[in-house]
Amino acid sequence: MTALRRFYFTLVALFLAAPLIVVAGVSINEKQELTFPPRGFSMSWYGQIFTDPEWRLALIHSVTLAVCSAAIAVAIALPLAWFLWRRIAPWANIFQVLGLAPFILPPVITALGFLTFWATVGLFGQFFTAIVSHAIFFVTLPLVTLSLGFASIDRSLVEAAATMGADDRTVLKTVVLPLILPYLVSGYAFAFVLSLNEYIVAYMTIGFTTETLPIKIFNALRYGYTPTMASVSVFFVAVAALVFGSIARFGDIRRLLGAMGSDGN
Amino acid sequence: MRREAPKTVADYTPLFFPGFMLVIFFVVPFSTMIVVSFFKRDPAGFYTPDFVIDNYARFLSVFFGSVLGFSLVLAIIVALCCVAIAFPFTYLLTRCPRRVQTLWLVGLLSVLSLSEVIIGFAWSTLFSRTAGITNLFVALGLMEQPVALLPSFGAVLTGMVYQALPYTILVLYPALVRLDPTLLEAARTLGASPLLAFFNVVTPALRNTIVATLIMVFVFALGSYLLPQILGRPQHWTLSVLITDQAIYQSNMPFAAAMAVFLVLISLALVGMMLLVGRKENAL
Amino acid sequence: MSGLAINDITKKFGDFSAVDNVNLTVPHGTFVCLLGPSGCGKTTLLRMIAGLEEPTGGAIVLDGDDITALPTHKRNLGMVFQSLALFPHLSVGDNIAYALRIRGKPKEEQRKRVEDLLALIHLPDFADRPVAKLSGGQRQRVAIARALALSPKLFLLDEPLSALDAKLREDMQVELRQLQQRLGITTIVVTHDQREAMTMADLVVVMGKGKILQAAPPIEIYRKPADAFVADFIGITNLLPIETDGAGRATVLTAVAGLSLPAGMSKASLSIRPEDVGVAAPRSGALTGTVSFVRDLGGTIETFVDVGGTTIIAVATPRERPNVSVGQSVGIVLPPESCVVLKP
Repeated sequence: MTALRRFYFTLVALFLAAPLIVVAGVSINEKQELTFPPRGFSMSWYGQIFTDPEWRLALIHSVTLAVCSAAIAVAIALPLAWFLWRRIAPWANIFQVLGLAPFILPPVITALGFLTFWATVGLFGQFFTAIVSHAIFFVTLPLVTLSLGFASIDRSLVEAAATMGADDRTVLKTVVLPLILPYLVSGYAFAFVLSLNEYIVAYMTIGFTTETLPIKIFNALRYGYTPTMASVSVFFVAVAALVFGSIARFGDIRRLLGAMGSDGN
Repeated sequence: MRREAPKTVADYTPLFFPGFMLVIFFVVPFSTMIVVSFFKRDPAGFYTPDFVIDNYARFLSVFFGSVLGFSLVLAIIVALCCVAIAFPFTYLLTRCPRRVQTLWLVGLLSVLSLSEVIIGFAWSTLFSRTAGITNLFVALGLMEQPVALLPSFGAVLTGMVYQALPYTILVLYPALVRLDPTLLEAARTLGASPLLAFFNVVTPALRNTIVATLIMVFVFALGSYLLPQILGRPQHWTLSVLITDQAIYQSNMPFAAAMAVFLVLISLALVGMMLLVGRKENAL
Repeated sequence: MSGLAINDITKKFGDFSAVDNVNLTVPHGTFVCLLGPSGCGKTTLLRMIAGLEEPTGGAIVLDGDDITALPTHKRNLGMVFQSLALFPHLSVGDNIAYALRIRGKPKEEQRKRVEDLLALIHLPDFADRPVAKLSGGQRQRVAIARALALSPKLFLLDEPLSALDAKLREDMQVELRQLQQRLGITTIVVTHDQREAMTMADLVVVMGKGKILQAAPPIEIYRKPADAFVADFIGITNLLPIETDGAGRATVLTAVAGLSLPAGMSKASLSIRPEDVGVAAPRSGALTGTVSFVRDLGGTIETFVDVGGTTIIAVATPRERPNVSVGQSVGIVLPPESCVVLKP
């Protein structure tokens, strides 16, 4: 069984890693060519991300988009999750469904919804429309992590605080927020990483006026390969691994992914 | 502080901002899209307000029928492949030490979060003549010359399985990790080998989970919009690609919207089915 | 009046009355144990005193003030929860200082109070430790110290010792009682463990199905239970059905000499504690039966005697060990002064 497992794990790992290894290999080619195994060694294509004005601009767009939209997504999810945990209001669950829907539907649909909406209200192509669209598209992630976070709070902690003289606001500040902080950070991180990688919604909202990194990679794919595409891809994988690695290091990623019941057992 | 029903308007304050955002920027855009699907195309702009069902009538064409059929078949094959690979894998993963599990989960999340653009680019490189896997085969003496493996159906399928596999594993993970280990131990004490116990105990116990996962992966695969374009030929294009194409390149927003509405209906029907399956599982 | 008064308190969940028209007066400084099987309403009653549940009807009066509608955080109480509810994100010291901190008390005063309380619970120098690093007994003490930080008027504990193992629990019972006597604070503990109630309480309140069945000092509850349910719940007892013979004399299975039923009662139960039951030679006691099992616990010996289908338990110390074995025929002595006649 152990040998079988090792073999199987190796196969899956190889399948998942193979394209990334090739991309990593391509990214260190010395000349502007997409060959593997790489010919020569050069890290210059990584430098390109920051020095080439077009790639740098795309990077700035992507990071701005991800930082802002993840913040708005958390700002939407936090009060909603708090309300659903604090109050008995079954009809308010409709907002939870609305928060989960954009992520469950095929992304093209949400993207097209935004395209028709922004075109109709005449704001099509403005950068902030992508921020708002991403915030709505990814609100699911902080909503799920925060709901998990709230569900994991032992209600007797809140009651204990009340018996010691804490009113609602004090309880929120001194007990609830500190306890859900890890879930809030995870929710933000998930939304950030996915926004950084998102293509279709960004493309349908601002694709004609602005390039984010995924849009830039896709355009490069159509109009001329360059190893910078590979270095950017490796950069993305590294960012994702770093972010999720930190969540695993400082939080409980298994719980976030449902290894334990919401009651915390 | 009890969990209680809201009494005053002030109690509803936390709902204001989320409610406003979700209604204005999700419900309204979604409704706009439905409305636009009945509008007429305006080649110069986006659309002209009208009420026509032409956009839906176009579904009846042979071309559309074949695209829809291909999309559904492709998504089904992807779902079957993913669950077939992921189910035993996830099961084995949940029996690993915590540290190993965490490491894998971080890796899976990293791959899952990758842009479809990057996945498409990575596989197109791996399948290319200059930098592809065939170079390895040549080096090993298995092939005479490196060849390009794309565009092809196999490339599209591989790319989509790659994209959906981490998703499948993460969907299966909670159900499998919470599976009562004594169930398996009981089977072992009764004389079942680990492999036999896996097929006789674990698989039937999670039959409904497997069905639900198949449907979720199916919907996920239906949403793939770039991989068929990057890795396949035009005949490998799916409904999602067609929607993008119509909306962006053909500037036919009403028709794109009609197709999107149609795709929503299919997805909703499937999610509904999944919930039904889930309810049955809970009732047992 | 100084103390706690509970007047006609009722709590309904839908059609179900969790607490049904309960009245109770607790003088200042009393240690009360609410005792009963699970689902009897004792925890609901405690939570209403704390303001964590809203009563459907009735009033709660503390030191002459009606606090029924007062929100929990204004009641000035200290409460220890079954889960202990220690804040996992705070250190031991910060947990204890919580009530002072949210009231903006000076840092120096907080530190001093934490030091005093840690000394009180015999955990000096624990202030900076994380809560997660404490043992079960230590967590217990920290929860108690935290509840006492503001010297509350009322000290409430909901099954506070249920998570501890048997030995530690008994030690904590003694410690808690001594602490309460030193501080003279009105204390209400919910428990389902009658031993715990007997150890700590001035007043034991036995509840069943949302009602108070008996409220009395522990030894009175033990010696003079109000009814068969209370007798059975407090300690081990032998409950024997009593019927009257044609002449109006009471008969227990066969007969206990000199026992008669109160006027107007035709059916009742006889309760006799196992330590009062004597085992003697056949036909020398009130009843005769067959030994069905002997449990020798070292400190005590329990003899199970089958009398016409009913099992009577007799407990003896090793010194007065009855030399009987299973299957032997024995006589049962029921001293009339130890027999209590109860409503069935």
